[in-house]
Amino acid sequence: MLNSRKKIIDTEKIAYWIFLILGIMNVGFVLMICVYLVLAGTPAIAKIGPIDFLFGREWASTAEHPKFGILPFILTSVYGTVGAIVIGLPLGFFSAVYLAKMAPKKVRLTVEPIVDLLAGIPSVVYGFIGMLVLVPAIQEIFSLPDGSGLFAAIIVLAIMILPSIIKVSVTAIEAVPEEYELGSLALGANKIETIFRVVVPAARSGISAAVVLGVGRAIGEAMAVMMVAGNAANMPYSIFESVRFLTTAVASEMSYSSGLQREALFSIALTLFIFIMIINMILNMFLKKGIKR
Amino acid sequence: MSVSSVKRKIYKDTMLSLSYACMAITIALVFFLIIYVFVRAVPYFSWELLSTSPSYLDETIGLLPDIMNTVYIIFAALLLVLPMGVGTAIYLNEYSNRPRIEKIIEYCIETLAGIPSIIYGLVGMLVFCQFLGFKTSLLAGALTLMIMNLPTIIRTTQESLKTVPQSYREGAFGLGAAKWRVIRTVVLPCCIDGIVTGCILSVGRMMGESAALLFTAGFAHNLNGFFDAMESAGATLTVALYVYAKEQGEFEVAFVIAAILMFMSLAINITASVLARRIRNKKGV
Repeated sequence: MLNSRKKIIDTEKIAYWIFLILGIMNVGFVLMICVYLVLAGTPAIAKIGPIDFLFGREWASTAEHPKFGILPFILTSVYGTVGAIVIGLPLGFFSAVYLAKMAPKKVRLTVEPIVDLLAGIPSVVYGFIGMLVLVPAIQEIFSLPDGSGLFAAIIVLAIMILPSIIKVSVTAIEAVPEEYELGSLALGANKIETIFRVVVPAARSGISAAVVLGVGRAIGEAMAVMMVAGNAANMPYSIFESVRFLTTAVASEMSYSSGLQREALFSIALTLFIFIMIINMILNMFLKKGIKR
Repeated sequence: MSVSSVKRKIYKDTMLSLSYACMAITIALVFFLIIYVFVRAVPYFSWELLSTSPSYLDETIGLLPDIMNTVYIIFAALLLVLPMGVGTAIYLNEYSNRPRIEKIIEYCIETLAGIPSIIYGLVGMLVFCQFLGFKTSLLAGALTLMIMNLPTIIRTTQESLKTVPQSYREGAFGLGAAKWRVIRTVVLPCCIDGIVTGCILSVGRMMGESAALLFTAGFAHNLNGFFDAMESAGATLTVALYVYAKEQGEFEVAFVIAAILMFMSLAINITASVLARRIRNKKGV
């Protein structure tokens, strides 16, 4: 009797420790990613010099006197992301308002899975369709020698961030208490005024979270952008310029890189990682604010 | 009508039509993407394309190795991520009695969810391919996918653990069962469909992943058995699509792959939403 009870206690202890270790392993993975990125990313920054690296306007990694300035990539990533938000946010925001407040229940139940589909399409498929439909179209419409470039990338990114913007905005709009609406309606505002002047401002922080989430998606996307952005390391002076993003700069040279060039690619990844961490921090801030209210 | 009421009407009409227009554009976009891919891919579908390996001698392209590699890598990654993810969720929901550790783990999961796939690819290459010496192989790819999909599995499992009524646990405790026994015999069986939903969502993400696999799993198109494939490099469907479209200009093959991927993600989406609805109904009862 005593023996069997002891055995039970033991399996319980073992189970507890196994689950604790599994949980701690997640922390280990995050630490592993951070440590490896920092270890691999800092030597090149030290060799090139942080100012030359971050603000150098020229990237010529395979030239005789190689130059490793990643300002073109940083600016491209920033412009590309801002552009994607400028196009994707209004589209997603109004769609979300329609879905959350105007759509009949039946319409909503059919449209929501359709929006989910957009999130499920692999990014290479976006890139591929962009390459075959969007790039020639841009070339035709603006009579350019080559349609691939920043503009094509912006449109592809805008479409790719749509589902996350719609989903998060719908949740935010629905979280606004019904009393706000009823109060506004009782004061004589019509339904549309109530939605856009009372409900939407009240859902502000949730909608900001949607934007930040979209920014994170757009800045981290690699494959789709690689297929439509042209991939030349130019400064993004014009919207049709053939450009490289932070992500595609890493991906396009990795397979044949060596020496300092390879180390510099890891430094780019580190820069990207820092960007993402900052964005995530902002996202968490907005989400917490939304919950508190 | 007074000026202000005209203004109000204009405001109302613009906002209303903007909402309708944006929704219409979004829906039209989805249908365009789906129909375009399928219409362009249908003429090139053939049994030979799907059931053979590419041959440099005959200059033919076959997708069987890529399809098998995708199946292998998803199977392996799922096998790795399930115990890890479900275990973590169980720790967080059932065991955790130290808020600080719980907070740290939660924060790490959020971080994992936000890291872009290209960074997973790089770190996977550094850690699994170089440091641990797996070389460019499906195993390295599967390990990378495992870390990427942890947040999905953990979140869905946590959600469904929360739906198991506390009274079930209390009842089992009252009968004298200890914690692990309660979890194993009462709690887990109740949330099995939540875990399955998580798996399906993860399969969708793994299938669509490309940037993380480019440097960890490689480009080869060789047909292998499961264990040989794990040790050797191999392209999944997404990587093959990228290579065929961007580097070899084989658009016909690329369309077929895109259609396969599209069809699979449609199927996965529908299955996941049906399951989710079933869970919701059950919760209502």
